[in-house]
Amino acid sequence: MTLSMLNLMPALPEIFVLSLACVVLLVEAFSKKPAWSYTLTQVTLVGAGVITLLTAGEAKVYAFNGMFVDDLMADVLKLVSYAAAVIAVAYSRSYLKDREMFRGEYFALVLFAVLGMMVMISASHFLTLYMGLELLSLSLYTLVALQRDSKVASEAAMKYFVLGALASGFLLYGMSILYGMTGSLHLTEVVEAIALNNTALLAFGLVFVVAGLAFKLGVAPFHMWVPDIYHGAPSAVTLFIGSAPKLAAFAIVMRLLVDGLHPAVEHWQQMLAIMAVLSLAIGNLAAIMQTNIKRMLAYSTIAHMGFLLLGILADSYAGYSAAMFYVITYAITSLGAFGMVVYLSRAGFEAENLEDFKGLNAKHPWLAAIMAMLMFSMAGLPPFVGFYAKLTVLQALIGTGWLWLAVAAVFFSLIGAFYYLRVVKTLYFDVPHASDLAPSGEGDVRALLSLNGLGVLLLGLAPQPLLALCAYAIQVSIQ
Amino acid sequence: MEFTSLVFYLFSAILVLAGLRVITAKNPVHAALSLVLAFFTAGCIWMLLEAEFLAITLVLVYIGAVMVLFLFVVMMLDINIEELRKGFWDNLPLAALVAILMVLEMGTVLSGSYFDYAAPLAKPEGYSNTKELGMLLYTDYVYPFELAAVVLLVAMVAAIGLTLRRRPGRKWVDPAQQIKVKRGDRIRLVSMAPQKPSASKADEEEEA
Repeated sequence: MTLSMLNLMPALPEIFVLSLACVVLLVEAFSKKPAWSYTLTQVTLVGAGVITLLTAGEAKVYAFNGMFVDDLMADVLKLVSYAAAVIAVAYSRSYLKDREMFRGEYFALVLFAVLGMMVMISASHFLTLYMGLELLSLSLYTLVALQRDSKVASEAAMKYFVLGALASGFLLYGMSILYGMTGSLHLTEVVEAIALNNTALLAFGLVFVVAGLAFKLGVAPFHMWVPDIYHGAPSAVTLFIGSAPKLAAFAIVMRLLVDGLHPAVEHWQQMLAIMAVLSLAIGNLAAIMQTNIKRMLAYSTIAHMGFLLLGILADSYAGYSAAMFYVITYAITSLGAFGMVVYLSRAGFEAENLEDFKGLNAKHPWLAAIMAMLMFSMAGLPPFVGFYAKLTVLQALIGTGWLWLAVAAVFFSLIGAFYYLRVVKTLYFDVPHASDLAPSGEGDVRALLSLNGLGVLLLGLAPQPLLALCAYAIQVSIQ
Repeated sequence: MEFTSLVFYLFSAILVLAGLRVITAKNPVHAALSLVLAFFTAGCIWMLLEAEFLAITLVLVYIGAVMVLFLFVVMMLDINIEELRKGFWDNLPLAALVAILMVLEMGTVLSGSYFDYAAPLAKPEGYSNTKELGMLLYTDYVYPFELAAVVLLVAMVAAIGLTLRRRPGRKWVDPAQQIKVKRGDRIRLVSMAPQKPSASKADEEEEA
């Protein structure tokens, strides 16, 4: 085996991010100026984006003895992940400064988390899939715990760590059963072996794999960790966890269930259907009771992940691309919503209760307008992108004959619209709260936040390019 | 029953019992020692599979390094583990029932001859398990190997990031400064003219 056989070129973005993450650690150690780490992190993410863009192609390229795959779906998801990470890091700058978290470790860990996502997105082997997942999870556990003097954050990190380890155990057990059955860890070989030999053992292993994935996605009945971790983590970390990792979670579901275990579709379809309906029900109903906006958005995440599963279980190109469109737009919307929570917080004050947002319109009409747009999009109201995301998923579901699921999804979305609209009512029609919100961020953050809100509107007015891109990426990437 | 099967079942029984002791032992030191036994028995089972390198690594790394460190921590911290898990014994009967049911269910599903492979061929003489593993690790599996290295790096960053505190007013010594010290920094030589003891002091001594 020579170096040329390794075929390192497709993995260039990963190598770039890894090298620069190590440089960030060194810069922090010697310069003691976290601002440099911050700039270098943003440069790294943008640079990785440029490399991915330049090397993107329709062809499916395997590298590292078939353990790494680079296809158009991977390129698109990676690009959105970089963008989400850039925006999340930019939003959280002053929040971190106020809480003594503006340190090189934070930025290095964000880069390692992004690397983990990239590995997951490009995995075509059980082992690399698992390594990517662990890399991402380990970085996220640490990020949650990084605010050391906060008891809530430590508790959240502990819960996240224990439950995450349990989920990894499930996933590994399922993978080992599948390995025992097929004799291979390569997804391309597993799919061939299963097509020939579809036994009860397959369903047995699949149950564990799906349970592990459901834990990581945070869908009911494996959702218990989501509200606690979203609530307990520092808002800047919640912002990061709530956006880019969802793209990676979508990618591993696609890689494992669609690329690797597609012959077992009738098994996992049923499991996903049950989990999707449960998530929609629990997410939307439990969110109504919340008074903390981070908890409310956490329950809303559970419901949105249920919608994502609906798209995947439709098991058609339309369904997969609808799910991909859904997860990309959800990441953008969630960035905006959590970004607003971070932006309105300042030293010694967390704008995390719904009460804190009372009458925001009176003082900051533009911020209130952006928040309202984001909430309308999450609720799925027409001119905003959330509407098209839900519409394409429902179309795909009806297209493959899952009418009852589509009806259930619409029903629970209607219930969900209540608590999104309640936020809008709080913003516009409530008497301003005594503790006035004073945005702490700089002007560029405000501009970025405005762009984020307008992006949700713009994507809603012209969803066609992104829809077409998702459809094309799925078509050339999934056999 | 072949002899190796007999040995396998013996080791497996010890492994399961040791695993149970880890979670039921009331003394955390006993639990840690049971874990050592579990690791060692697992190493023996790997030996039966002719995976000598992995077996030796398990014993050296997990028992030799990790568990010894763990025992030190357990002994030094003196945690009263019984207090931490008050609910454990109350919930044990129900939990045991659920666990036994799950084992039985999994047993029925897995009772078919799904893993019915032909016995692997005997390895030729002079076959080195370690060499083969090394060849694979640094060629076919170089990508996951590197990723494992990155995971360890993240673990290190996490451990340092979460525990390193720069407290104000902390007293510390810089060894470099300490080594560079010169005599002049520590001792000040003062040249004084010789003096006689004063008269009053001499009187006091006489009175005493």
